[in-house]
Amino acid sequence: MNVFYNVGMYFLLLKRVFSKPDDTREYFKAIGKEIVLIGYNSIPIVFIISFFIGAVITLQTAYNMENPIYPEYLIGLGTRDSVILEFSSTIVALILAGKVGSSVASEIGTMRVTEQIDALEMMGVNSASFLILPKIVASLVSFPVLCIFSIIFGIAGGWAAGEFSGEVPTAQYIYGIQYMFIPYYIVYSLIKMVTFGFIIITVSSYFGYYTSGGALEVGRSSTRAFVSSSLIVLLFNLILTSILL
Amino acid sequence: MIEIKHISKSFKETQVLYDISTNFEEGKVNLIIGQSGSGKTVLLKSIVGLHDVDEGNVFFHGRNFTQMDNMERKGIRKEIGMVFQGSALFDSVNLEQNVMFPLKMFAEMSEEEARERANFCLKRVQVVDKNHLFPAEISGGMKKRVAIARAIALNPKYLFCDEPNSGLDPRTSIVIDNLIKEIITEYNITCVINTHDMNSVMEIGEKIVFINQGRNWWEGNQSEIWNNDNEEFNDFLFTSELTKQIRKSMI
Repeated sequence: MNVFYNVGMYFLLLKRVFSKPDDTREYFKAIGKEIVLIGYNSIPIVFIISFFIGAVITLQTAYNMENPIYPEYLIGLGTRDSVILEFSSTIVALILAGKVGSSVASEIGTMRVTEQIDALEMMGVNSASFLILPKIVASLVSFPVLCIFSIIFGIAGGWAAGEFSGEVPTAQYIYGIQYMFIPYYIVYSLIKMVTFGFIIITVSSYFGYYTSGGALEVGRSSTRAFVSSSLIVLLFNLILTSILL
Repeated sequence: MIEIKHISKSFKETQVLYDISTNFEEGKVNLIIGQSGSGKTVLLKSIVGLHDVDEGNVFFHGRNFTQMDNMERKGIRKEIGMVFQGSALFDSVNLEQNVMFPLKMFAEMSEEEARERANFCLKRVQVVDKNHLFPAEISGGMKKRVAIARAIALNPKYLFCDEPNSGLDPRTSIVIDNLIKEIITEYNITCVINTHDMNSVMEIGEKIVFINQGRNWWEGNQSEIWNNDNEEFNDFLFTSELTKQIRKSMI
């Protein structure tokens, strides 16, 4: 019952979010600010994680391809496909669910328990739209860009690990990442990332918006936002993969 | 005038307000008093539509606010200023931006005009040269003053204050009370204040509604509070020996 109640309330909130904005100038300003918070501020963590995971994927692939039958460039190909198809969309989205999602839930939750949302409503502002819509737009812009960055950083990490460990020469790695490249994989990854961005922001906003109580409940909302958005991301990963590939 | 007719409100199985009816008079300071947990804040938030009531109606100058849809309510809400218990200033912007916010959203003003108006309102509440500070950097009393400045920025017809003195020392409480009184007299605003502060009742209360256990237990004006025989009201208002003695001498 609780699940159905939450799903119903979630869609009612979305209906309010996508109603006509009160003042478009303020919305555009808010979108710019949110792009910085959601996208720009996430670049360091995306860089660090992508670089090191790309490196580890290369080393693991190299370890599993020690047989001389397999050409070394296959290591580059394996790294490229792993990074593009799964890591840079799904895993990065799960990381962003932790970083961005919990931050969104706690920000909106704090605004709720300190009556700032009530203050917006009292002024006649559609608080749901004013607070959540700019975050959604910012995530739809930022998440695909972060995905592209993650692909670049991951493949660069793979190259660095292959080169410095001596497992894959640079020429072989570069040949591998170009070999049988299917551009649609990038499109697939971007579609997933846009969907995950929408899910993470709206689910986290939902839990933040309906927080009641005090500081303890804000923490709980933040945890619920992370757990729920992660589970929904994993579910949609399966659905989108079976549809798109 | 604000008229409240037969308001009831419950949260799940807990009934908070029982059939409350009263009027809040135009251009006056109307106080809702009662002990903590009596339902004052729920009543105030029900009047302004932050809580949907189970039964009853609220009329702003004869307009039935309760039966309005969101768009119609929006129009009335632009005539309302509200000061929340915790001030509810927006953390992410400075004091000037807080006061400018309703102006930028709803007034047909340029950025410069909105800034001028915000500075005027801040000066009116005696917040000077602090515009660039953020809410986290100022005292509780100053937060209340900025909240009042934000509430009056759009020249409201109605001002609602939820415990404007909570968490303040007695001297600052009186400053806030006097400020509210001055402003509503100056701009002819109908004001409704939730409080359990004895000083507010004595200093600025013109009409007083006593809420007890979710019911309208007593209502009257300032002169009637000394001579009434409502036991619960007297127990609430004249708690200390000092106030009991004052009452005796007044009678």
